[in-house]
Amino acid sequence: MISESSSFVKGVVLGGAFCVVVTLLGHIKVGHGTKAHHHEHHHIQAPNKEDVLNLSEGERMELSKSIRVYCIVLVKPKDLGHWAAVKETWSKHCDKVEFYSSENVKVFESVALNTNDMWAMMRKAYKITYERYKDEFNWFFLAYPTTFAIIENLKYFLLKKDPSQPFYIGHTVKSGDLEYVDGEGGIVLSIESLRRLSRVLEDSDKCPEQGGMIWKLAEDKQLAICLKYTGVFAENAEDSEGKDVFNTKSVGALIKEAMSTHPQQVVDGCCSDMAITFSGLAPNHMHVMMYGVYRLRPYGHTYNDALVFLPPTGSDND
Amino acid sequence: EDAGEARALYEQVRILCWVMTGPRTLETKARHVRATWARHCNVALFMSSEADERFPAVGLPVQEGRHQLYWKTIRAFQYVHRHHLGQADWFLKADDDTFLVAANLRWLLAGHSPERPIYFGKRFKPFVKQGYMSGGAGYVLSKEALRRFVAAFASRACTHTSAVEDLALGQCLEKVGVEAGDSRDTWGRETFHPFPPESHLTDKFSQSFWYWSYCYYPIVEGPQCCSDLSVSFHYVSGEQMYALEYLTHRLRPYGYRPRYRP
Repeated sequence: MISESSSFVKGVVLGGAFCVVVTLLGHIKVGHGTKAHHHEHHHIQAPNKEDVLNLSEGERMELSKSIRVYCIVLVKPKDLGHWAAVKETWSKHCDKVEFYSSENVKVFESVALNTNDMWAMMRKAYKITYERYKDEFNWFFLAYPTTFAIIENLKYFLLKKDPSQPFYIGHTVKSGDLEYVDGEGGIVLSIESLRRLSRVLEDSDKCPEQGGMIWKLAEDKQLAICLKYTGVFAENAEDSEGKDVFNTKSVGALIKEAMSTHPQQVVDGCCSDMAITFSGLAPNHMHVMMYGVYRLRPYGHTYNDALVFLPPTGSDND
Repeated sequence: EDAGEARALYEQVRILCWVMTGPRTLETKARHVRATWARHCNVALFMSSEADERFPAVGLPVQEGRHQLYWKTIRAFQYVHRHHLGQADWFLKADDDTFLVAANLRWLLAGHSPERPIYFGKRFKPFVKQGYMSGGAGYVLSKEALRRFVAAFASRACTHTSAVEDLALGQCLEKVGVEAGDSRDTWGRETFHPFPPESHLTDKFSQSFWYWSYCYYPIVEGPQCCSDLSVSFHYVSGEQMYALEYLTHRLRPYGYRPRYRP
């Protein structure tokens, strides 16, 4: 009887030890060791229309110029078609855009990261970005090549937000305890968040390069975990009607959904008038979006906007 | 937002839109037109071979089918002339897979008198000396042009010559002295389009494609194919109607000053 119970005890101890090892290897430490905030969801809203009246033209230009967005597009050689489309379309509206690629590609200029792993790419891209541009930009927008972004709407959204505060904004998803920004919809970091990120990236306990030995977490989740250690939390961006402004789907996909869920209010129910991103787009669709967003419009409407953005030089599709 | 100028044009340049549809496509296509761009016309009518009180759709005394297209067009214009002449200044025909931006049509027409015999659309050059307008891209007749068209059938100056609706109409209009107008914008870019936006913006049409020999004005492929103030696109699916309505009328880049500001 004594030998049975000692086997049993050995079994329990072994099982417990195995469990601890698995846990450590899997890095499921979310929520431990951090001062967990008790928010269930973080939502963040666009400015009100009233906030922005009564500015002179000069003041509007100054204000517009003060919001500087640096765009990071993570690409791989297989994305060549999308890469070209992004280069020819929306990215021209970033204050500066750089393509961070897994490897050097002859056809296009890029920052070669010499790794194929998405998390490693993201880490390196953010590190390089912080080192080179921390004094030149106050907001950092990361996108995949299947995403279309309207930088003017991003700037409007960020109008009253202080970049020296830790912002981490996009289309958020909850995965258990973790709320993270879905990379598909684009990821926005303030300079303060980028600063904190660049520090925690050096911490191999909290923010290791290998996501986990047993299973790998997606890079957008990894990012959220690392940022959480620094006290930076994901916030879901919405307009004044509560509609998402960062979208992980295309206009077509969202319209299709609206046609089946509320067929009497397809356009009203679909998408925000001040949407910032759509995703899952083929290269041709980016050109259509460019025309539809920046050019095609009904004659006879003028706007009293707080910001003024001029078309970029050397472009004709906007 | 200030929609003052758009509202003024709505009052001054009244447009009646009639949509060529039929019992088989009323609920699958015309419905999406009704939910989107038709609302921006001063008057919108749906022309079918079968009356439908609920939709509502007008029942014309014709049969369905491509061979009846010109008859349907003739009957539709006669119906509009008899019942709605006083309600509008310009009379547009579109298909149930045409997407229209009425505000831009008003801008285009604002400088022309409806008492002038003229019509606008995507201009094609073969067969008719002054050219004729593509049916699918939509075309719009001035009040005087409509009067002349209807009068021509009453006097038999024009008759049903063929089923090719746009060509036959173009031939009749030329006969009765209605001018084929130039619908390009002030930068010379087309406003009526016989294909969807994606085709005009991104396709490279093969040299042997009929389109090259049909267009009255030089074809431009890529972004300059199309005016910022485009009026129409064709072969647009139901889902694309909503998408285009959203992109045209709802989504906009905040604070952006466009290049083209006529």
